[in-house]
Amino acid sequence: MPMNANEIETLIKAALPDAQVEIRDLAGDGDHYAANVVSESFRGKSRVQQHQLVYEALKGNMGGALHALALQTKAPD
Amino acid sequence: MSIQDWIKNEVDTNDVVLFMKGTPNFPQCGFSGQVVQILDYVGAPYKGINVLEDDDLRQGIKEFTNWPTIPQLYVKGEFVGGCDIIREMFQNQELQGLLTEKGIATTQQTA
Repeated sequence: MPMNANEIETLIKAALPDAQVEIRDLAGDGDHYAANVVSESFRGKSRVQQHQLVYEALKGNMGGALHALALQTKAPD
Repeated sequence: MSIQDWIKNEVDTNDVVLFMKGTPNFPQCGFSGQVVQILDYVGAPYKGINVLEDDDLRQGIKEFTNWPTIPQLYVKGEFVGGCDIIREMFQNQELQGLLTEKGIATTQQTA
């Protein structure tokens, strides 16, 4: 069952309350999104660790209900 | 040998390993295909492992490094990233720098 953009944003914000989340639907099929996430919790972490934080926020949906999420993450400037 | 040991062996005995869907000559997923293109452009020799051939491998690789998607690139035993991270690193010339730093020959000269 594909996810919609709001569900993704809600899950990310639940885990990263300060996050600014911008989601683009790449294919309109509920399966392919791009997301830019800016959060203080990324500061000092490698890209892999930053993306893992987002994947954990998505509670196992990543790679399942959500086939593709092109991620860009960074700490606030 | 468990799947986790098998993966560990592959990661430790090959300088550059790409766990992907399909093969370097026939990628079967856009994201895997993008990483193959980047590696070919940079000219780094690598081993492509097709996770579609074995479901235990396909699930095992996700547990191996707590990363839920394919493709996954490893350089000298270290997980570097999936498609997004590799593309971002490539665009910032970081990928070429990492490979050179790890003693991996690349044909493309960094700008």
